Amino acid sequence: MRRNPIRSTTLVAASAALALAAACSSSSGTPGTRSSGGNGTTSGYQAAHQGGTLTLLAKSAGGTLDPQVNYTLQYWQLYQAMYDGLLAFKKVNGQASFTVVPDLAQALPQASNGGKTYVFTLRQGLKFSTGAPVTPADVVASFERIFKVSSPTAGTFYNGIVGADACLAKPGTCSLAKGVVGDAAAGTVTINLTAPDSEFVYKLAVPHASILPKDSPATDAGTKPLPTTGAYMVSSYDPNRALKLVRNPNFTQWSADAQPRGYPDEIDENFGLSVEAEVTAVENGQADWVFDPPPADRLGEMGTRYANQVHVNPLTAFWYLTLNTNLAPFNNEAARQAVNWAVDRAALVRLYGGPNLAQPVCTILPPAFPGHVDSCPYTKGGGTTWTAPDIDKAKQLVQQSGTAGQEVGVVVQDDEVNKSIGEYLQSLLTQIGYKAKLKPLSANIQFTYIQNTNNKVQLALTSWYQDYPAASDFINVLLSCASYHPGSDSSINIAGFCDKGVDAQIQQALTLGQTSQAQADARWGQIDQAIMAKSPVVPIFTPKLVDFLSKRVGDYQFSKQFYMLVDQLWVK
Amino acid sequence: MSTTTVPAGPWRVSLAALRHNRAAMGAAVLFVLVVLACVAAPLYAHQVAHTDPFRSTISGTTTVDGRTVPLLAQSSTGLGLGVTPIGPTWDPGHYFLGADNQGRDVMARLLYGGRNSLLIGVSSALLCCLLATLIGVAAGYAGGILDSVLSRLLDVVWAVPVYLLAICLSVVLLTSGLHLGPVTVEAGSLWVPVVIIAVVYVPYVARPLRGQVIALRHREFIQAAIGLGASDLRIMRRDVLPNVLPTVIVFLPLMTALNMLTESALSFLSVGVQPPDASWGTIINDGLGLLYTRPAVTIAPGLAIALTAGALNVFGDGVREALDPAARLRGAAAVRVRAGGTP
Repeated sequence: MRRNPIRSTTLVAASAALALAAACSSSSGTPGTRSSGGNGTTSGYQAAHQGGTLTLLAKSAGGTLDPQVNYTLQYWQLYQAMYDGLLAFKKVNGQASFTVVPDLAQALPQASNGGKTYVFTLRQGLKFSTGAPVTPADVVASFERIFKVSSPTAGTFYNGIVGADACLAKPGTCSLAKGVVGDAAAGTVTINLTAPDSEFVYKLAVPHASILPKDSPATDAGTKPLPTTGAYMVSSYDPNRALKLVRNPNFTQWSADAQPRGYPDEIDENFGLSVEAEVTAVENGQADWVFDPPPADRLGEMGTRYANQVHVNPLTAFWYLTLNTNLAPFNNEAARQAVNWAVDRAALVRLYGGPNLAQPVCTILPPAFPGHVDSCPYTKGGGTTWTAPDIDKAKQLVQQSGTAGQEVGVVVQDDEVNKSIGEYLQSLLTQIGYKAKLKPLSANIQFTYIQNTNNKVQLALTSWYQDYPAASDFINVLLSCASYHPGSDSSINIAGFCDKGVDAQIQQALTLGQTSQAQADARWGQIDQAIMAKSPVVPIFTPKLVDFLSKRVGDYQFSKQFYMLVDQLWVK
Repeated sequence: MSTTTVPAGPWRVSLAALRHNRAAMGAAVLFVLVVLACVAAPLYAHQVAHTDPFRSTISGTTTVDGRTVPLLAQSSTGLGLGVTPIGPTWDPGHYFLGADNQGRDVMARLLYGGRNSLLIGVSSALLCCLLATLIGVAAGYAGGILDSVLSRLLDVVWAVPVYLLAICLSVVLLTSGLHLGPVTVEAGSLWVPVVIIAVVYVPYVARPLRGQVIALRHREFIQAAIGLGASDLRIMRRDVLPNVLPTVIVFLPLMTALNMLTESALSFLSVGVQPPDASWGTIINDGLGLLYTRPAVTIAPGLAIALTAGALNVFGDGVREALDPAARLRGAAAVRVRAGGTP
């Protein structure tokens, strides 16, 4: 998933890899941080800290409020306290946050019918914020609505539900009569898949699978909030001013793991300040948290004078360059490899804020992620980790490829960090023999612009953050033939990489995942290396997240899945 | 033997008056020094600083007080967050004004940026004055429908705020370039801001010129030329144009200063000069993210803009006083009044 505008989302799988990731966590562990030892156990609700208004700041709003449409971390993070699915990621600090737990469903389902059928029993007494009860009919309608509103992940996460093909073809008349079956009397919902999907439980735990009232509009709700089931609901939303959340009067905690009670009475996210002003406001105690990445020139000050208010956490994500495999000069494999050899990852890490905020990478799967294998095919002198670029080799490959002197457009977002990296790339490409032009675009449009093949983007800088913890969320989503849709704004395979051999391996890994996750992860690692040999992308670094809090805030908890648990912060 | 005294021509009188204006001469010298420094940019970059101001050297090093230091230093205090470019060393051979976030020499970029800012400022002022003169003379002399059409066109341009119009034009031209018949300006070319800035300021020069031409049109010498059967083109070229030329000359330095400021503003907003080219506006933009840690990256081009625009304005005022006898008389009268004499 994409984080708006800089960061995005993630995924993971095998517990061994997750444990390794936990070891790498570097949250600064300040006095206000909840200590859970990474196992997700918490010390229980502390009523003395209940109340107050938590003030969050973001440069701009995150777009539509519709949880089945919005695909930004900015609001996914807030949805955790507002919406619920049948399942949820455990809302705790640390590694345990990757664990899927029952939410509106009473228990985790056991797959039957060869892994193709899941039966859920709804909890009793659940209500929407309007006071209406949550029924199986709402669940059925919510799954159909995913297709009716053309949710960004309708075709990738939920296309395995029986009847989904027809819904994708004709969203307006979507019916999942055989795919999602509700039994009002029994209080159950049965989901039938066309084929086993070992990652389906993850897909039910993300906001796009939120359960909404059955009479919700079949179009994007936009700025009009939809009723919630969680601890908070929206009281007002003006994308130019603020988003205000208040307690849901009909909420009663049913599971502290899935939907815990929150602490603040009100959560306000205000829009419109520059990031510099946001940081100053938090330093002065006028606000409690900054959503946007802090400006480079404030990092030093934050890390020294306000070190106790700063939390740094590694993310399962990567920043990368896409090389259009269908357009010159990067329809030439040697030309693509030249860029991989030339890029100085250490330099880009510096532009991002230094080695304490990012780590150079050579692979698509981030370090400590399921399937990740330490390997680095494009580092000077060889080795399994990146050490230095090889400009001479890059120049040689450019000459060999016969592409020297060709024009290359570099499309980046126009914020400070992205533009700096763009300028570096322009300089580098010129150095190795191309005529490079920089095209900075507004963050609001760059991500869709670079996906559409009609825009003939040759090289773009972008990033990917996991949706859920599985290797397929990187490789299958970003680089499979199924993700390549020429002429569409939703062609997340931005490099246009479609290799039948690699695609066959991806299908094998997905099938393998139904029986042995460990073997599947090993296969994903091999696929990662096979793709990197063809060089459709240039992984540059895996970022860390900086959370900057005001002095008064306590109980900082970092979910690896959805990041800081906003409603668990204390302001009293 | 008889001697006759030939009176000095108006141009010579004006030049003499300008020469005696110390403020204007000082400003002119300052402007010339800035121009010379910018012209010498390659000399400074290659022979003194030994650097390429357009190449990113993020992982590079330099020498300060005999020690090798990184151009971008990782913070070593507290949580160790952030990277800061090297600040001014005041050593011309080693990052005199420090480095920007790409590890590029700010001093070298300042000089190269000045070349572009000056080039755009002067070129757009010339183009603007040329277009404005053509339009102003044609509209004022011809009158009638041509005057109405041209005047309304000027009104339309004038009605839109300058920066809004310039930004809109820049966004379009920076994407697709300019293709007007045989004239083609590539997207990203320096000529894009030149054309845009020239066009948006045409009404500001053309309208006073048009008014002046309308006044001239009814003067006796023009009527006499018409009566003698001179063609309109000849009258405009030989009789009208020389009379409005002093006004155009007065406008030139003032428009150059204004256009440099506009260019800087557009480049600061990323719709002017495009990377890897630099201008003072783009350097200020580059320095924005370093305002708290390396303010020199922003202050240096800011000072350069202020000095150059100030010098051009003072010089422009001097030229106006020199070329406009009425202004001279008004100035002399004011001096006499202040001295207690008769106006």
